[in-house]
Amino acid sequence: MLYREAGQYKTSYAEDQQIFPIRQDRIAVALIVAVALVAVPLLASDYLYTAILIPFLILSLAAIGLNILVGYCGQISLGTGGFMAVGAYAAYNLCLRIEWLPLPIAILLAGLIAALAGILFGIPSLRIKGFYLAVATLAAQFFIDWLFARIGWFTNYTPSGSIVAPQLNVFGWIVDTPMEKYLFTLIVVALFALVAKNLVRGRIGRTWMAIRDMDIAAEIIGIRPLTAKLSAFAVSSFFVGVAGALWGFVHLGSWEPLAFGINRSFQLLFMIIIGGLGSILGCFLGAAFIMIVPLVLNQVPTALGIPLSTASISHMEAMIFGVMIVFFLIVEPHGFARLWSLAKEKLRIWPFPH
Amino acid sequence: MPEFLGPFLEVLIGGLLAGILYSLVALGFVLIFKASGVFNFAQGAMVLFAALALVRSIEVLQSWGVNAGLAIVIGFLFSGALMVALAFAVERMVLRPLVNQEGIILFMATIGITFFIDGFGQQIFGSDAYQLDIGIPKESIFLLEGVFEGGILVNELDLWAGATAGLLVLGLALFFQKTRIGRALRAVADDHQAAQSVGIPLNHIWVIVWAVAGIVALVAGTIWGSKLGVQFSIAQIALKALPVLILGGFTSVPGAIIGGLIIGAGEKLAEVYIGLPYFDGGIENWFAYMLALVFLLIRPQGLFGERIIERI
Amino acid sequence: MSRFNWYVSAAAAAAMLAGTALPAFAQEQFIPVLSYRSGAYAPNGIPFANGFTDYLKLIQERDGGVNGVKLAFEECETGYATDRGVECYERLKAKGATGASAVSPLSTGITFALTEKVPGDKIPLITMGYGRSESSVGSVFTWNFPILGTYWSAADILLQHIAQISGGTAKLKGKKIALVYHDSPYGKEPIPVLEDRAKSWGYKFQAIPVTHPGVEQKSAWLQIRQSRPDFVFLWGWGVMNSTSVKEAAAVNYPRDKMYGVWWSGAEPDVTPAGDGAKGYNALALHPPGSDFVVHREVFKHVYDKGKGSAKKEEVGEVLYNRGLINAMLTVEGIRTAMAKHGNKPMTGEQVRWGLENLDLTPAKIAALGFEGLVPAVKLSCADHEGVARAYIQQWDGKKWVKKSDWIAADQSYLRPMMEAAAKKYGQGKNIQPRDCGKQS
Repeated sequence: MLYREAGQYKTSYAEDQQIFPIRQDRIAVALIVAVALVAVPLLASDYLYTAILIPFLILSLAAIGLNILVGYCGQISLGTGGFMAVGAYAAYNLCLRIEWLPLPIAILLAGLIAALAGILFGIPSLRIKGFYLAVATLAAQFFIDWLFARIGWFTNYTPSGSIVAPQLNVFGWIVDTPMEKYLFTLIVVALFALVAKNLVRGRIGRTWMAIRDMDIAAEIIGIRPLTAKLSAFAVSSFFVGVAGALWGFVHLGSWEPLAFGINRSFQLLFMIIIGGLGSILGCFLGAAFIMIVPLVLNQVPTALGIPLSTASISHMEAMIFGVMIVFFLIVEPHGFARLWSLAKEKLRIWPFPH
Repeated sequence: MPEFLGPFLEVLIGGLLAGILYSLVALGFVLIFKASGVFNFAQGAMVLFAALALVRSIEVLQSWGVNAGLAIVIGFLFSGALMVALAFAVERMVLRPLVNQEGIILFMATIGITFFIDGFGQQIFGSDAYQLDIGIPKESIFLLEGVFEGGILVNELDLWAGATAGLLVLGLALFFQKTRIGRALRAVADDHQAAQSVGIPLNHIWVIVWAVAGIVALVAGTIWGSKLGVQFSIAQIALKALPVLILGGFTSVPGAIIGGLIIGAGEKLAEVYIGLPYFDGGIENWFAYMLALVFLLIRPQGLFGERIIERI
Repeated sequence: MSRFNWYVSAAAAAAMLAGTALPAFAQEQFIPVLSYRSGAYAPNGIPFANGFTDYLKLIQERDGGVNGVKLAFEECETGYATDRGVECYERLKAKGATGASAVSPLSTGITFALTEKVPGDKIPLITMGYGRSESSVGSVFTWNFPILGTYWSAADILLQHIAQISGGTAKLKGKKIALVYHDSPYGKEPIPVLEDRAKSWGYKFQAIPVTHPGVEQKSAWLQIRQSRPDFVFLWGWGVMNSTSVKEAAAVNYPRDKMYGVWWSGAEPDVTPAGDGAKGYNALALHPPGSDFVVHREVFKHVYDKGKGSAKKEEVGEVLYNRGLINAMLTVEGIRTAMAKHGNKPMTGEQVRWGLENLDLTPAKIAALGFEGLVPAVKLSCADHEGVARAYIQQWDGKKWVKKSDWIAADQSYLRPMMEAAAKKYGQGKNIQPRDCGKQS
């Protein structure tokens, strides 16, 4: 009843091709953006910003990057943490060595450098696929970890190899308080999500999907696997690199290679699988599930006043989280995004399903 | 004898033996992937879980006054039974509802299993470090002391591990080739649907494979636990098994052993002769993957992996 | 259950959740406890957290809090992971009447991340015996308190000791020293001191990294077997320590030539190696054992009431005692602050003042029951380390035996290095160093 598109006529190609062709979707998105931009800053606490919202947004961005590669182009990668590190360290070095460079430009350039790294480590994908490729991308992960830990130049020869991000100065706006950091992240992530959404709807996205669905068939209809695969690696790593720079500069402020370790790569892969491969919305849902649910589980016993030791709580957290993953996969193997689209289908004909 | 030869042989042998230890973990991956096409992320967690069950049950039995030898035997039976029970549970609650799903979905499901086992194991058995002593000797022995100064160092535990791995592979090979179940397993590995249509019960096969992988995890956990003490970190050895897997092929039991030997020797030689002198060390971690990667570029299906020809 | 009933019960559950979630702290002094009782580093995290919480319980049970102000504390599991540690800090920093008093993360990674956050939140960061070495320069690192020693001090003390047993620094010329370290900021901290001293003292220095978590060290120890260094320093944590000791035994490297930092010198580091650990040396920041006055008090007021965190026989382990001391320093910082600001819950800012003006004389330490455990400590605006001394202890197969006198770090050598590094940090962050002459 509420969610019905009957009567919404498309009278031009532009209308037919817009991102959200259904009016209700447009309203919902506008509402979400309004809430995120206006209501959240009015209500949220420091904890919500720094421990939940900011990391959630940044990881969503990284998940979008990874989803472009895995969900749209079908190339499984476990090197995401490494490409995040490339972004973070590149941004740090750009800011350090070119002092006049404005921060947003530095972050974008860092993304480009990560894209180059992505292309380099994407080359094996031309020859191997599936889980073999996934494990092979671990080579990138471990190599990049090692590179930043060992080569002093990247860390400006700090004795401990740990880096401190400079002040965040966005064209004169000093991003300092948690709320400002949140808004800055939100703006960046929203813009990039929009770019991603458009990319995957466009020509290039369709070539990726063709490669994913059947590479040989795609080749026969004139898609070059080389450009399609490497462009997916490049674009994906660009997003991931920007996310890495944000993670270092905005979220952590000071970091070591371990912040972008193998666990981060796995975490991001979990996010897109559980959220939905090949869906931008799924990235946000997956990031929310993988990142926020453990934190909530961890706090429930204390909030309810159940006397459990922190060790038991964290063990329970792992167990329940594991069960939830399996449960949701059984309910809908294609992730939350599919669950949502099924719900939409149902809503369209509600309350008269027959 | 040239002077460098002794140390070189020592690193080489040390690397080969370390590689065997990786193979033990890789074997578990291979078994499950071969029979069900599942990349079992939980293998590392299973190693930890089995080792924890073993060490804690031995501890409890000894505190009841059971003598050491008997306690070890009962401990093994108990933890073996636990791994079989785990296999049943996994099949019933995870694999059966997810039958016919894509590989990556099943992979994700095993991640859920990993979280669960990690939490469950630590909750029941504790998260401290436990010493496991089942009488495997750990002394160092020095070979060829007459030929090389200081001899060539070999650790007895590593030799035992090598022998165990050899026996395990032999046993698995016999099991696969000679028994009825083994033949059924191979049939399932070849083609799920065809196997089902000739009356092989898929669900039973999966339980058996997971149970065998669980027993392999118990063996790996015993060896690693004797070496390092039983504690959370041994779950992370799974990462060491991954390059072995791609090098040896996901579906080959002998590949896991040969791959382990190559990776072990390669990474140790690289670390000692390239990493430490020229790069301040630490290269062995990525070197193993690079080695496997370079190898893959030449042979995309791994050393002994089945060549999967994908056509429209 | 009908749908309506379901809604009602869900609403009731939500209401219950909301009701109990309200903070239960009234006029209490809140202390966050970042601990790790699960995961790869749990064997080391558990005793430390037990000691820390036991001391807080002691203050609560015996004294009813600090100067009549009750303590409240909450543990949060970090798993030694930096992002979870930051989350824990954010979760706990605003709890209690006045927010967190001070935070002790027991992880170098979390320390580095929190160093950037505490100035904004005005919460002191106590990193007793770890953390950034240059943060002992209080004029730049206003909120960091690496009380009782940093890694640079530790490296210097170790070098002094081996110089002493070798017969003077001149005798170290041409000797080989290898550092086997955890490949993280923690393990890299001592390298600048060891490298710098190598230049002036003329020993050869080799750094050998071990990748987290440190279960695979074969190549490191084969390398040591071949290059045969005269001394091996060990900078490990968790399973890496015991694995190193085992591997050293396996390659027959003499354990009495091995020296661990004070984080590589606890019971879980040597017991897994069995007899192989005999002769292994490590720095001791404080003695182990449970026969100090404070332990008697802990037994009497906490354990006899059945409220202890640990098993009774674990009280007095090395890391347990370190937890006790860390908690004591936190409490004394609060007490010092109360002496100035009155007996009410202190804010982080006030506790910071208290820590900076902490002056634990031998008499005070004896009164607290820490005689023999802790040296006299006096912090100041310029010096947030207070005192840096340790002794060498040796594992005899059953217990740690004191092997040397207390050795103090050479401040005349370390101070300029720390100040230079702090200055570099301050410039990068645009921090104007405080003028310590003016501060009271």
